[in-house]
Amino acid sequence: MKYDRIITAALLSVGFFLLFLAVWHIGTYQEEHTVEAVELTSEQVAILEEAGMSASDKETYSSQGLTFDQINQIASMGLTLDDIEMAGGLEAFGFTTGGAAEEAKTGFPSPALVWEEAYYQLSDPFYDRGPNDKGIGTQLKYSLFRVGMGFFLAVIVAVPLGFLIGMSPLLNMALMPYIQILKPISPLAWLPVALFLIKDSEKASIFVIFVCSIWPMLINTSFGVANVKNDWLNIAKTLECSKFRTAYSVILPAAAPTIFTGMRISLSIAWLVIVAAEMVIGGIGVGYFVWNEWNGLNLASMIFAIFIIGIVGLCLDLTLGQFVKIFSYED
Amino acid sequence: MATNDPFDPNVNIWDECGETSEASNRPDHFIDILQSPLERDSQEFLAKRAKEEDGPGVGVSRALESAVMRNVFGSDLNRRKFLKAVGSVAAYGILSQFIPFDSLRAMTEDAVKNIEKKKLKVGFVPITCATPIVAGHALGFYEKYGLDVEIIKTAGWAVSRDKCMNGEYDASHLLAPMPAAMSMGLGSAAQDWRMVTNVNTNGQAIVLANKHKDKRDPSKWKGMKFGVPFEYSMHNLLLRLYVSEHGIDPDKDIQIRVVPPPEMVANLRAENVDGYLAPDPFCQRAVYDGVGFIHMLTKELWDQHPCCCFGISQRFINENPNTFIALTSAILDATATAEKADQRVHFAEAMAPRNYLNQPSAILKQILTGVYPDGLGNIKKVPDRISFMPFPAQSMGMWILGQLRRWDYIKEDVDFAKISDNIFMSAEVEKRMNLMAEHNKNIKWTDIPDTKYPVYDIYGKKFDPTKINDYINNFTITRTNG
Repeated sequence: MKYDRIITAALLSVGFFLLFLAVWHIGTYQEEHTVEAVELTSEQVAILEEAGMSASDKETYSSQGLTFDQINQIASMGLTLDDIEMAGGLEAFGFTTGGAAEEAKTGFPSPALVWEEAYYQLSDPFYDRGPNDKGIGTQLKYSLFRVGMGFFLAVIVAVPLGFLIGMSPLLNMALMPYIQILKPISPLAWLPVALFLIKDSEKASIFVIFVCSIWPMLINTSFGVANVKNDWLNIAKTLECSKFRTAYSVILPAAAPTIFTGMRISLSIAWLVIVAAEMVIGGIGVGYFVWNEWNGLNLASMIFAIFIIGIVGLCLDLTLGQFVKIFSYED
Repeated sequence: MATNDPFDPNVNIWDECGETSEASNRPDHFIDILQSPLERDSQEFLAKRAKEEDGPGVGVSRALESAVMRNVFGSDLNRRKFLKAVGSVAAYGILSQFIPFDSLRAMTEDAVKNIEKKKLKVGFVPITCATPIVAGHALGFYEKYGLDVEIIKTAGWAVSRDKCMNGEYDASHLLAPMPAAMSMGLGSAAQDWRMVTNVNTNGQAIVLANKHKDKRDPSKWKGMKFGVPFEYSMHNLLLRLYVSEHGIDPDKDIQIRVVPPPEMVANLRAENVDGYLAPDPFCQRAVYDGVGFIHMLTKELWDQHPCCCFGISQRFINENPNTFIALTSAILDATATAEKADQRVHFAEAMAPRNYLNQPSAILKQILTGVYPDGLGNIKKVPDRISFMPFPAQSMGMWILGQLRRWDYIKEDVDFAKISDNIFMSAEVEKRMNLMAEHNKNIKWTDIPDTKYPVYDIYGKKFDPTKINDYINNFTITRTNG
């Protein structure tokens, strides 16, 4: 029964994904535009010749489907085919296409196009073509490093501090208002401040991760510590455990699942934040990758990057989820 | 761009009136037939020297040799006759007895060795204004002057400024008003930065969304939203000048918001702005993507206006004077080369990859060659749509400071001439430019003015820096009274 449900769910998942791909494909489908040669009247040819256009240029234009008005405009500007080539070719002028390609350029990329981009990127994920063009693998490495550093620092600060706050109702009441005020501040609001104060964009982005991932851990830790069952604490008291021993052997294991849940939330936030921070700071990282593709208005690789960000986020979350499982217990 | 070898009889190393170098136009396939043993030796010798071209500091040492040869022979014709008669090898031998070429070379190698800091980080924002900085990297101009430069793409001007001030960049592509704003502490802490050269002139445009095709008259722009890349930008100042001359108050009648250049097209498509005055490629990109049209080029407001500059901190100059000279020379060399019409396509292709501007090369070609569709169905041919005229004239600085005062970015009356003199390095750069032109016949400057304060014609008004206050007070819309 249980396995049946898993299989059904899996099939349903795949079905949803295929449906999504199909809708995407249909939504972005475009008929190929065929070029039809244009016949010029002898009068029109005479006008073009008068304007000094060479016969071969004229033929190329008309075979590419340019209208007489368009050809005449080129002729009256005194532009040769070479000039047009040097300026990026006819297609870049939006000429041969009759508007269809214009839509294609502005339109959303098809699944096939994104797949092509993904294949290209993943076939050599660690390429290095200069400081501003590195493979997606390298970009992820840098992002994960920043997230790791910021998150690690946050753990070091948040868990002990959360312990203190949880064990002391007085501290809890005194500090909670600040925590609640600081918690909802967006990373992008911290970033300029961090840049100004720290004067180093690498450290600033780590700081932003730190500052955004500290709150859920702090709140969860203090909550977990404060809500350890009184019975257990009383037993520890009757056994005359020292304060430290109580904290270490009773409170910590009891609060561990809540603490890890806090970490899990924090890590998801850290991963959200790094993309935003790197988009602003630039340099290197998966956020920079998205930004760089945005600046080239290259939607296909942006969508690819979005998928990758999602998948990496999922992996991070699953990893911490395992920890939560290990430390959870039943009453 | 290799410097010409002064020991090659077939090239002209310095220009003189009425002299043409026919020999250099001789087609290659004649060489074998015409070659005498003497010539063949010369060819080998020259080929060997040509190979050295890529080495650091060779540009400098060739320049020195050229200068020596010029003094020895007086005219280029004499030099070539002499080289042809005795051959390059012998000539080098003879001349070496009198003139210590080798120690001269050693001296220039020393100069390269004296570069205090070889590995440099230079920031840039991915726009065509940065052509000399970006192509300088792509086409090896920095190596030519013995530098190992890493150029770092930056997301916007505020981040650029912060990274400059934090010392993460040794030098950077900045907007022309930024060194002044940074030195005066406008919008940031104050730190002494210098405007070294213009990396480009012209090259901007006002783009409007397609739905405004019938709103070509700026006096009808009330209520519209415009993007500019930064507050302390020529874009902001030029847009303000343009609309205010048409009776639109840029602070009250329209909204001007700061949008980083790469985000311009996306914002125009999302109808977040009605138009923008922005750098290319994002003007042409709007046409290419079919979301907007080019209303006018900024060249029509002020021909050869400054736009972006090469900026460096005073501290860096003090600590690394030789590096500063080498870096400035590399940028000037790249700027001069970018200005050449026959180099434009080459430069466009070099800058297209992801590592640099990350744009389709067709768009960059349209911009750099100046043959482009304007989005209204016309083809335009404006070869100086973007120009690369490096000279940082004092008048440019004065105009920028004057407009910053006019719009109350500078809160009180200041000594414009003094500030401009401090920030715009016209005297030093003029010296450097002249020196380069003297030694490299490929470099010709057309933008060094005769006077310190050239007078400009800016959108129908004469701007004479010596009467700057009259100019500022001559506008109906102004914020100077607070």
